[in-house]
Amino acid sequence: MTSMRVRLFAILLLATGVVWASAVIWIHNSTRAKVERVLDARLAESARMVSSLLSDQKIEVVTAVRAVAAQTAEFPEEGGTYVHQLSCQIWGLDGRRVAGSGNAPDLPLTGTRTGFSISEVGGVSWRVFSVVNEERGVRVMVGDSIAIRDRLVRDVTTGLILPAALILPALALLIWVSLGKGMAPLAHMADALRLRSATDLGPITQLSPREIEPIRDALNSLFDRVSQARDREQAFTAYAAHELKTPLAGLKLQAQIAVAAPEASIRDRALAQILAGVDRTDRLARQLLDMAAVDAETLPTHLPPTRLSAIIDDTIADTAALWRGREIRIEVDVSTDTVVSGAHRFLLFSAIRNLLENAVNASPKGEVVTIHADMRVSEAVLAVSDRGPGIPAADRATVVERFFRSGPGSGSGLGLSIVSCAIQRIGGSLILSERPGGGEVVLLLWPECVT
Amino acid sequence: MRLLIVEDDPLLRDGLVVGLRLAGFSPEAVETCADATAALRDGKFEGMVLDLMLPDGSGLDLLASLRRLGSPLPVLVLTANDGTDQKVAGLDAGADDYLGKPFDLSELSARLRAILRRAEGRATPLIGWNGLVLDPARMDGRLGDRALRFSRHEFTILRALIERPGTILSKSDLEERLYGWQEDVESNTVEVHVHKLRNKLGAGFIETVRGVGYRLAEGIA
Repeated sequence: MTSMRVRLFAILLLATGVVWASAVIWIHNSTRAKVERVLDARLAESARMVSSLLSDQKIEVVTAVRAVAAQTAEFPEEGGTYVHQLSCQIWGLDGRRVAGSGNAPDLPLTGTRTGFSISEVGGVSWRVFSVVNEERGVRVMVGDSIAIRDRLVRDVTTGLILPAALILPALALLIWVSLGKGMAPLAHMADALRLRSATDLGPITQLSPREIEPIRDALNSLFDRVSQARDREQAFTAYAAHELKTPLAGLKLQAQIAVAAPEASIRDRALAQILAGVDRTDRLARQLLDMAAVDAETLPTHLPPTRLSAIIDDTIADTAALWRGREIRIEVDVSTDTVVSGAHRFLLFSAIRNLLENAVNASPKGEVVTIHADMRVSEAVLAVSDRGPGIPAADRATVVERFFRSGPGSGSGLGLSIVSCAIQRIGGSLILSERPGGGEVVLLLWPECVT
Repeated sequence: MRLLIVEDDPLLRDGLVVGLRLAGFSPEAVETCADATAALRDGKFEGMVLDLMLPDGSGLDLLASLRRLGSPLPVLVLTANDGTDQKVAGLDAGADDYLGKPFDLSELSARLRAILRRAEGRATPLIGWNGLVLDPARMDGRLGDRALRFSRHEFTILRALIERPGTILSKSDLEERLYGWQEDVESNTVEVHVHKLRNKLGAGFIETVRGVGYRLAEGIA
């Protein structure tokens, strides 16, 4: 069922119907029991009365029978009158019919049993009370037609059902309207959501009943996250566009110089600039992709776990052109190796590669960059050290902020924020410090995950 | 025309220096706002090409402080943020023109010539002196009804001299115009170019002031 209102309506209507039907059955049964008890009592009373009149010999048999038969009950009722007449018979103990009321059948109403019984005489069901008068040697039988009794009970029940059937549509309407009123807060929220523009990610501020509050809170928290993700993405896109346009402008300018150069030396220099510019732009593009990847909601999980030393080797192989070009030697010292899960593998690779690139770019030609990895009690430690100028102390706190650049020639401003973002997703931390003897040491610390 | 270029991207900075020199300007480049402020202190520049995102601050702030000091220096702003809001902000901060990255060297040169011309109070793109008319855009000129063609270096020297006729420019001033600060220049380069210019313009058009430098002659040669 798609509509909550229709669903609730059906449930309420069905429940009301069941309760009502149960009540009718109960009233019907209880009425029947009461009617039977009252009529049975009258039956017994009438039989005993005839019997006692006969004993006292105050009255003739025939008169007594007539007196009983004359007890005609009249129930004035809409559409008709119950004509309820008792039938009375007096039989000799020898089986001879002594007397009978006008409406009594010719055959005995019951057998030799005394007290109450039910019998079928002349196609009619009877409720009979029989009493024996030993003194006069007769058996007095008084009977009631069961069909008439049933009709009495049925009429009482019908009298209940009829108004109920008339009230039911009114009740249904009432339920329907009440449901609409009761569900109004939901409808208001639905309206508020429907009327929002696609770009509106502000929280829903309207007050909600307790039942809807969790939904509203969940929605607001979702809006908040989506809005943050969107802001981050917009800032990132704007930055990426800006950062890519500058080297593009440089490349275009150098290309125009190469085309228009009046001298071969100017042209060759412009072409060399273009080559270097393409390499730098390539690194920038890769860093932008890295940034987007380490920032992504989901991490790649399909990769198999791998050893930390293997990741370090991969990063060194990946940056070979860079450190060979600058004549930098990379020294690796892995004291204790560890196994990195598939999801963390990519993050650590990005982090270490960016640290390595930074270290190589900062180092003077011919210097050594060292990578040291070790295990402490519950965390892995990786240190990348260089002999470059180091990061100015004042910039250490802000240098990991996205797009922050520490002075001229310090790259895209993305490298360390990629590292920081990646290591935070592993649950680790990044520590920048001055290296004794000159240079920078960057420490990565993260909880050891798989051994 | 001496220009200060403020741009932190090494590729673009180098391209601007080389490209604008080829276009007949005398550019010098710095990377940061601080260096730009220091370079501007001498007041020897006739124009500035300014990038907005600099390592030590925003180019707009540099521009605003320059204008607060009352400097009328023509400034062309270069930036990747070429949205309308950015252009308006740049122009309102005191920029004379605005160019989005990436751009054409020819357009940049033309715009620079235009803002420099307006700063000099000339409506016409041509510069004249003693019957010589120079066209900075084409780097050529006319003397009377004779069309003249100049090499890049010759034109740069002639342009420097004609900016303030009568003012004496030393040999090192002219070398600086030709090559900027950093490059080594062969010692007789300026003499060679001046000689070639005298061949084209007549011997008396450029005067040598012994021991000081060169200037354009007052009367017609």
